Amino acid sequence: MTNIASIPYFIPEIVLVVFAVVIILYDLGSKKTGGNGAAYLGLIGLVIAVITALVIGSEDRSLFLGMVRLDSFAMFFKIIISVATAATILFSVRSSELDPETKGEYYALLLAVTLGMYLMASSTHLLMIYLSLETVSLTSYILAGFLTHSPRSSEAAFKYITFGAISSGTMLFGISLLFGMTGTGDIMLISSKLGEMFSQGNVYPLAVLLSITFILAGVGYKIASVPFHMWSPDVYEGAPIPITAFLSVASKAAGFALFLRLFYSGFKSADASIDWSMMLAVVSALTMTVGNLAALPQQNVKRLLAYSSISHGGFLLMGGVLLTSEGLQAILIYLIIYLFMNLGAFFVVILIANEVGSETIDGYRGLVSRAPLIAVSMAIFLFSLTGLPPLAGFAGKWILFAAVIKEQLYWLAVIGLLNSVVALYYYVRIVKAMFLESSDDTESLSFSPGSLVLLLIFVVPTLLLGIYWNPLYELSRASLGKLMG
Amino acid sequence: MSLQSYLVISIILFSLGIFCVLTRRNAISILMGIELILNSCNLNFAAFSRYVTPPDDISGQIIALFGIVLAAAEAAVFLAIILAIYREFSTISPDETDTLKG
Repeated sequence: MTNIASIPYFIPEIVLVVFAVVIILYDLGSKKTGGNGAAYLGLIGLVIAVITALVIGSEDRSLFLGMVRLDSFAMFFKIIISVATAATILFSVRSSELDPETKGEYYALLLAVTLGMYLMASSTHLLMIYLSLETVSLTSYILAGFLTHSPRSSEAAFKYITFGAISSGTMLFGISLLFGMTGTGDIMLISSKLGEMFSQGNVYPLAVLLSITFILAGVGYKIASVPFHMWSPDVYEGAPIPITAFLSVASKAAGFALFLRLFYSGFKSADASIDWSMMLAVVSALTMTVGNLAALPQQNVKRLLAYSSISHGGFLLMGGVLLTSEGLQAILIYLIIYLFMNLGAFFVVILIANEVGSETIDGYRGLVSRAPLIAVSMAIFLFSLTGLPPLAGFAGKWILFAAVIKEQLYWLAVIGLLNSVVALYYYVRIVKAMFLESSDDTESLSFSPGSLVLLLIFVVPTLLLGIYWNPLYELSRASLGKLMG
Repeated sequence: MSLQSYLVISIILFSLGIFCVLTRRNAISILMGIELILNSCNLNFAAFSRYVTPPDDISGQIIALFGIVLAAAEAAVFLAIILAIYREFSTISPDETDTLKG
């Protein structure tokens, strides 16, 4: 479809840009009054973007001369990302970390990241893939370092951009090699070209493997997979907590969208010759093991959740190495469940950081007598992250492991199961501190009704989706679209 | 000159960039290493556009242009973050700003 004809199908993205600009203008006009006007403008923008996306529908269309694709797969991720951004905006309003003076730019940047993530989920051209990845990265660096008077936050931004710039540079080098070998940037054409070249034997498999590995550096960095995970604990610890929550959910989801589209639409025909799926299976096993083992001794809850999110990335990657639609469906289902339980856990961390002023496990001691509802919710999120029945996390893991075992990758399933057991240990440490240990401070904590309602929004799906996951199953099947070819 | 010569130069540039990033203990030098990496990619795109794709297909050169713009954007954000680091730590050495550990 030509550029002009594509614009009507691009309205959700345009809405995000318009609202980002409106927020900046609004911020200029209302510097003195303060308030949360910018946050609500951001929420309105997101809601309008989602509504227009739903109205436009997800009929398969290639936009802007093959740069961007509108399909049900992109639609699925757009909605996931929008929910995560909306939650981040609501968290930011309630977080006492952020300086009210600079909040206008903050929400404008959040909408800009969302725009980049929308594009990550729908790019079908190597140039667009790189551009969308960089849009997300550059804005995330700024958001991670947004607390200008906190050394931790500046250090987080510094580490984030150093690792990020190297891995995205490496990825661009891989992209340039792939472009040179196939002579095109369109990933559908690359797929057919690679298939043709491998069947005729006029390509060095090593060169293709090299370029795919380089590209994996950029994608692996976004989903924080080993060995590109080193940035994530430091960045998650130093960044403002709402941004940590955002990075751990939305950034990971967008990274998986990009990874799945690139590897399934672009490189699937190369798998027979260079077996990248086996390479990724090893990466997946390493990612969950390293994430879990490093989480064991952590005292800072933010850092602990950072390592836990690395290991969840490893679990998600398990579904991506199977080359079956069951594996992809399992990833989509797991992402929805992970969205609710991880955002919920981070919201509790924000509430506790506001009221108790601590991010360490010691701050959670005796929480059950000080704030019973919060303690019980946190326990639900943590047990769900572990994957205990009957919570949502169990359903996600069950579907994922079923897909792995169906493909007879038993060693991967065994490593995943062992990791789930290890994970139980460090999640239970927080639960133990909350329920079994007592704190010197026994004064009960009070939270605003708005915060409690927001908390329930995450608790209810975490409970319900564990016993009733049929709608997720149908939704994920419908969202796969033509990705499996 | 053949395609090989360009590729050899770009691989040398890329390796120098990675070497610079891994060994230098100064944030500005790291930024210079990153610029080398990005420039090696741009050189690749331009060379492939000249030798591999058909003469009327200039997509490689356009990707190289976008690469230059992105390198500039990345340098701007990187320098701003270096400034923030300098304000907090009074140094821009990655070794001395390494306080988040564990």
